[in-house]
Amino acid sequence: MSEEFQLPHAARVFVSFVALLRINGFAVAPEQTTAFLAAIELLGPRSLEAIRQAGLATLAPPPERRATYDRLFDIHFIGSEAIDQAGAEDEGVVRLQEEGRGEDETLLADEANESGLAAARAEALVERRFAVSATGDALRKLSREAPARLPRRRGHRRMRARRGPWADLRRTLRESVRNDGEVLRLGRLKRRARPRKVLLLIDVSGSMKGRTDDNMKLAHALSHAIPHVEVFTFGTRLTRVSRALRLKRREQALSAAAHLVSDWDGGTRIGDALQAFLAVPRFGSYARGAAVVILSDGLERGDPSALQDAVARLSRRAWRLSWLTPLAAGPGFQPQTEALIAIRRFVDDLVDGGSTAAIVSHVLSLGQKKAA
Amino acid sequence: MTVRGNIVGIDSPEALERALRTAYYLADDGLATAAYLGLALGKPLLLEGSPGVGKTEAAKAIAAVLGRRLIRLQCYEGIDASAALYEWNYPRQMLAIRQAGEESIDIYGETFLIERPMLASLRAPDSTVLLIDEIDRADQEFEAFLLEFLSDFQISIPERGTVRAAERPVVVLTSNRTRDLHEALRRRCVYHWIEYPTAEREARIVMMRASSVAEATARAIVAAVGKLRREPLSKAPGIAEAVDWAEAATLLHERGARWPDAFKRSIGVALKDEEDLTFISGRLDALIAEAAA
Repeated sequence: MSEEFQLPHAARVFVSFVALLRINGFAVAPEQTTAFLAAIELLGPRSLEAIRQAGLATLAPPPERRATYDRLFDIHFIGSEAIDQAGAEDEGVVRLQEEGRGEDETLLADEANESGLAAARAEALVERRFAVSATGDALRKLSREAPARLPRRRGHRRMRARRGPWADLRRTLRESVRNDGEVLRLGRLKRRARPRKVLLLIDVSGSMKGRTDDNMKLAHALSHAIPHVEVFTFGTRLTRVSRALRLKRREQALSAAAHLVSDWDGGTRIGDALQAFLAVPRFGSYARGAAVVILSDGLERGDPSALQDAVARLSRRAWRLSWLTPLAAGPGFQPQTEALIAIRRFVDDLVDGGSTAAIVSHVLSLGQKKAA
Repeated sequence: MTVRGNIVGIDSPEALERALRTAYYLADDGLATAAYLGLALGKPLLLEGSPGVGKTEAAKAIAAVLGRRLIRLQCYEGIDASAALYEWNYPRQMLAIRQAGEESIDIYGETFLIERPMLASLRAPDSTVLLIDEIDRADQEFEAFLLEFLSDFQISIPERGTVRAAERPVVVLTSNRTRDLHEALRRRCVYHWIEYPTAEREARIVMMRASSVAEATARAIVAAVGKLRREPLSKAPGIAEAVDWAEAATLLHERGARWPDAFKRSIGVALKDEEDLTFISGRLDALIAEAAA
């Protein structure tokens, strides 16, 4: 291994493009780089567009980061002139998520002009840094007890069981071979229980300011306690933060989520945000059969009929729909706001969301009782 | 890089695009490039996109172009190896044991093996295209199992040993993205995100698929469908719905319905969700009139 490997000169520009992608948070495996080079060789020196397509096909940037991919491509292969136009049209799966500086990365240093664009928008978008604080008892309780206490449903995979509706023919046959073809005992199969999906929709508008930090910590704890947790934040926009919250270290995860969400402490358009959620089939399907938990005070600035319609649709998809509001902290709570009154008949639970302990205790009770 | 034998006569993405057109599939540059690279590099092709953009159709067209049989494995929650790979014919095995008496028999012989799609494509890699449809519906156990298959193109059957493909089979995977696929799976594939086609391309698709439809009708339908896709609907109309709508409206028109009315009365083939119909009902007249103009 004394000979030093030299990368062919022609390949360097492509390999360095892969490096640029990696710096910007694209996961590219070495085998993908090889495939990229093979693809370019295969397509021949045709056009820049062919190289872009070869990259898309082999390096497989996720569609919601396609705009970033294109921008990096233009920077690398064309030069920085092309950045302005490319940055302006962020198109992707979720329009709401990608308005403003909705993309999930901090990107290059020379992209300062982007934040100027965002600031010019009507709403004041305030980026938030999470304060690091000690984990509460409630969160520890959540992490500890969630796997056993959250709702389960019967899955479609079958497993061996003492009793069950299906015969395990494979095992029965194997055993019968040992007994000269006599079937002494019929093995059985049953359906395996699987954890139900949990969908958390967190209101991050100004009126929820006091709760936002704790709610995000709770979302992080829940994401790590059980599988299949999807988390969205909403205020004037809707943002999917599930991926960011999957980072193991809490501070890291919360700061990644904070980068994504651009409408902290702004106004509330719950109805529009939920409509937007339901309009993206990919997102809407997260709610199907899931335990949906909305953490919001329900102080709607938009049209209450849009909210009512969205909640009705959501409740038809969800297995159980819970609305946790800090307004319900006191005993004998009665909904006062127009929005809460409108949606009351569609939600399964309308309960206290005023403290982490209250939310945790409700979440842990999801599997047991269903409110009348 | 030697181009593999399975794409004889197709030496560029453009050539593949032309070939796909003869199979009644209009692919854009991106899809043609990805499909060409997949075939030439011997990697599986992973197609993602909204429901109804033509992912499965693309796989069928590729099979037609290559002159191969399409083996389709529809994924669903709980799908496992016995549904995807092979299953033993237990009653037959049992009967064989009974009949054999004192003789020894091999109950794990070929005659007792029921071939499922993945094994079938592995054993005949030259004559089939394996379509693994809607992989996002399968659970993660199955995805992990698939990873093994896609990296080595071999399957081990405990009772018989390993089956290995002499040549890598052509594999197309599709996903509606109802959940994030594992990065490792994406890495092994050539990837393409299929967008809804441009209005121009979609109008050509409609006319190609439904020959009885006039060009003006196709354009109006495509314009209306484009507007519907921008609305917050729970199920936006796909390409197949656009084709159906154009055919249905043409049929109603031939039976005497006036034009905008024929569009409106046949909306049920494009929007199949009661909530969506209610949502759009107030503006449907204006939307169709605008599209038909």
